[in-house]
Amino acid sequence: MSTIVDARGLSCPQPVILALNAIRTGKDSELEVLVDTSTSRENVSRAAMSQGWEIVSLKEEGGGFRIGIRKK
Amino acid sequence: MEGLKNLFSTRWGIIGTGAVIGVLAALLQKMGNPGNMGVCVACFERDIAGAIGLHRAAVVQYVRPEIIGFVLGSLVAAYLFREFRPRMGSAPVVRFVLGAFAMIGALVFLGCPWRAALRLAGGDGSAIFGILGLIGGIWLGALFLRGGYSLGRTQSSYTSAGWVFPLIMIGLLVLRFVFPPIEGQDKSGVLFYSLKGPGAMHAALAVSLVVGLVVGFIAQRSRFCTMGAVRDFILFRQTHLLSGFVALIAAAFVTNLIVGQFHPGFAGQPVAHTMQLWNFLGMALAGLAFALAGGCPGRQLFLAGEGDGDAAVFVLGMITGAAFSHNFGLASSPAGIGPNGIPAVIIGFAVCLFIGLTMRQKVS
Repeated sequence: MSTIVDARGLSCPQPVILALNAIRTGKDSELEVLVDTSTSRENVSRAAMSQGWEIVSLKEEGGGFRIGIRKK
Repeated sequence: MEGLKNLFSTRWGIIGTGAVIGVLAALLQKMGNPGNMGVCVACFERDIAGAIGLHRAAVVQYVRPEIIGFVLGSLVAAYLFREFRPRMGSAPVVRFVLGAFAMIGALVFLGCPWRAALRLAGGDGSAIFGILGLIGGIWLGALFLRGGYSLGRTQSSYTSAGWVFPLIMIGLLVLRFVFPPIEGQDKSGVLFYSLKGPGAMHAALAVSLVVGLVVGFIAQRSRFCTMGAVRDFILFRQTHLLSGFVALIAAAFVTNLIVGQFHPGFAGQPVAHTMQLWNFLGMALAGLAFALAGGCPGRQLFLAGEGDGDAAVFVLGMITGAAFSHNFGLASSPAGIGPNGIPAVIIGFAVCLFIGLTMRQKVS
């Protein structure tokens, strides 16, 4: 069970800040980020990849997205 | 459609969007819009406030079809790509106040970030101070964001709730059709029109509307945002949105050179003043307010088009702020800052600092 970052309903750039904070704690090598807009999905994916992480899953869920990211 | 979907979120997608906006803005000026004001979200919302009589500054009254197009173009794109998501409820009254002071700051400088870019691309040196102020204000906002500043979460809402703001825009457009400008008259039905000044300078209705729709469509797809451009660089050293903003300036500059609209200098620039401290501070206030609200004035219109009711409230705050600006003598003119511009900027900073300092969640 990986750590979940719930960024649903938050406006720019908070989803990215939350995801990066979780990445930078270094506790997990795998995270799930919940977002509610395509913009946040793109921004979080872009930020994760810039940190050397990869997108391993993307599910549409409850009108939003569940993004699975993993350290490469 | 899938291919197009990916295209816009790429580096070239955002650069293309910025370039198209830059070219179209310069051409809108060529076709009648005011100097270095092919597109100015703040100025055009101010003109709309004048057209419906919220303020009575005679030189800035016109229902700008570009603004209507921005919202409706974004609405169309959002529906086409299944991104229309009615959502609202993230501290709306705070967003209203941020919108009002963003407008008050922008009208001290005489332009939003879009126009700051277009003024620079037209050779207006004073724009440099505005852009520096914009960066300063966004930097301050980024500090708050880093410290956990948040206006809280939105909730999803009814489809019809997401339609309320686009319907307001359609209503304005209907008014514009029902009460078109009458030669030599400052009023047509319920709408006010300018007989001179920037409000009297505009491209043809169809041209303005189509450009607005195109820009609204591509900006919704690419998430173009002039505030985010600076903010993401400060916060994350990301240059994605920034490349779009730079492309806008470059494309407008080249287009201006080609059509003979590039006039370098400081004095005598169209709809601008040279009180540089206030160019800087006005735009710094606006930048801070945009950063705290999560988007530049253009982005707020595109968000409102895809169903974001909080962005819509921010826009309504800006339109109201424009009314205060002109009714209270806060707005600048080519002669310099307004009689009450200085206290308004100071109060604006105090309000934004109050919001930024007190509305934060513990970073977990």
